[in-house]
Amino acid sequence: MFSLASVRTALGKPRLSLNDFATLISPAGGELLELLGQRARQMTQQRFGKVIRLFAPLYLSNECINNCQYCGFSRDNPILRVTLAVEEVREEARALLAEGFRNILLVSGEHPKFVSNGYMADCVGAIHEVAPSISLEIGPMETRDYLPLVQAGAEGLVVYQETYDPAVYHQMHTSGPKRDFAWRLATPERGYAAGFRRLGIGALYGLADWRYEAICLAAHAEYLLRNCWKACLTISLPRLRPCAGEFQPLTHMNDREMAQLLCAFRLMFPDVGLVLSTRESPRLRDGLVPLGVTLMSAGSHTEPGGYTGAGRNNLHHTKAGRIVELGASEWASASGEPAQATGQFDIADVRSPREVADTLRRLGYEPVWKDWDAALTS
Amino acid sequence: MSLQNQPLVIAGRIFRSRLILGTGKFSSPEVMRSALEASGAEIVTVALRRADLTGKKDPFANILEFIDPTKFLLLPNTSGAMNADEAVRLARLAAAAGLPKWVKLEIHPDPRYLLPDPVETLHAAEVLVKEGFTVLPYINADPVLAKRLQDIGTATVMPLGSPIGSNRGIQSRDQIRIIIEQATVPVVVDAGLGAPSHAAEAMEMGADAVLVNTAIAVANDPNRMAIAFRMAVEAGRAAFESGAAVEQETASPTSPLTAFLD
Repeated sequence: MFSLASVRTALGKPRLSLNDFATLISPAGGELLELLGQRARQMTQQRFGKVIRLFAPLYLSNECINNCQYCGFSRDNPILRVTLAVEEVREEARALLAEGFRNILLVSGEHPKFVSNGYMADCVGAIHEVAPSISLEIGPMETRDYLPLVQAGAEGLVVYQETYDPAVYHQMHTSGPKRDFAWRLATPERGYAAGFRRLGIGALYGLADWRYEAICLAAHAEYLLRNCWKACLTISLPRLRPCAGEFQPLTHMNDREMAQLLCAFRLMFPDVGLVLSTRESPRLRDGLVPLGVTLMSAGSHTEPGGYTGAGRNNLHHTKAGRIVELGASEWASASGEPAQATGQFDIADVRSPREVADTLRRLGYEPVWKDWDAALTS
Repeated sequence: MSLQNQPLVIAGRIFRSRLILGTGKFSSPEVMRSALEASGAEIVTVALRRADLTGKKDPFANILEFIDPTKFLLLPNTSGAMNADEAVRLARLAAAAGLPKWVKLEIHPDPRYLLPDPVETLHAAEVLVKEGFTVLPYINADPVLAKRLQDIGTATVMPLGSPIGSNRGIQSRDQIRIIIEQATVPVVVDAGLGAPSHAAEAMEMGADAVLVNTAIAVANDPNRMAIAFRMAVEAGRAAFESGAAVEQETASPTSPLTAFLD
């Protein structure tokens, strides 16, 4: 449908339309991937410099009232669950600070009983003094409920639509408040109204066709850039990873296509942050760095307490919103290791933060840990 | 051979170099340090959000350790601030941390084009000047705003050539010309200067100094690019001081039509 000539035309434009973006992510665009890569690298260095900002996720709780077919935290999965106490959250944050991180993403399942709004505000308040930059990836809220979190010092809000295809969305989200597609879609605007400065969006690749998702996401980004003009927008490109529940991806985006998509996002949005997580392998991550990435996680754990072992004494199952004690045999793994909470998904890049930072330097980039001061959000 | 350019004077302090450097976007702090040296700059600006202001010598936020305060005037900037309150808070924090009481006032709420907010900048400048700060405000090339800031008592005005990091050179030529013509304080052209020729152009127009960051930081050889900018700034200034020929729209014949009347 798209010709090589149309890809070359799109590449030559100073401002791209949604149609140009579709051209770049087409199979024809894939044939000119090297050209896309060269241009994406040049634009990224121009706008962001030779630096990569680092962050780490800190999981607060894996309790969840939603059932999402692809997610390990789904309500009906019989996993080991825990919600960290505020003091434990502080401990985990201290461990991340010692590794270098000053930019922390607090992540939690959605559960009004275990993860209340007051608890979230306490967690943000507890670590804001030491971690200047705090973003949240939590269940969507009303604007008025976001306000205390912003006041406590949170400056970023991340919410992935997962899939922009309403039919697939309803098929994937079988129960819980997350079933409401429109409510989730409007979350970034509610967050912006509450004062979040950074908005993160993304699709989870592996549910609907990746090109369809990308075009919808680009349209969403265009809309947010126009309507939430003070917000710093970031786009993530998570691909489905193995997790509890044995869900198999419905669609596939290969490594080459992922690189193509990353470059296309950069060319379409020269000023938007592009996020790469530890879901991807070291080899792929190192290769993608120059193609437009501005923000990376490193040394991540996706289970609450993953950095310090905090919360291990309170592990339990949750059935119908009630805590069910573990059986005696469940407190240790088959190899005798103490049990830990179940992670959301498996990590593919298990290198330590220091190793990732050293690799970035070798690639000619400065790893930046601190890019925010608490004075800006206090 | 020296060009013997006049020194730059800001708030009573004398500088030989008219090139100010930014410290973002470099591939490593070592590369940055080396480019700063090569540029001959005497003023360098640092984003406070990247620095450790607690005095704990944070090894993960140690950019200040790569800038020798005996060689450079460290000019803290408030990049990241979205309004006057935040900028004022950051400036006070930097002063409390022992940094010079100079501040490059940057308030850009729009993260895409990083265009400065004139209203908030004016408010913040009022507060900071009263508190005794030497204020160097980053502004759009708006001559009236430039005058309003001078009336308040800012030490310079810093109009942009084009958006930060855009490398598009001086797109705001006509406005900058007016700002220079009306200025009672030094005019520093800040942002968008992507090539030494852009910097030379600003100096030839009569700007007192220029601030450069991206073009040097992302060059393949930041050191040589820093030297290139240094030479361009010196050349442009010398041209201005020695009375560069005025550009005109039409040709000026060497055998004029009215010569028969002489």
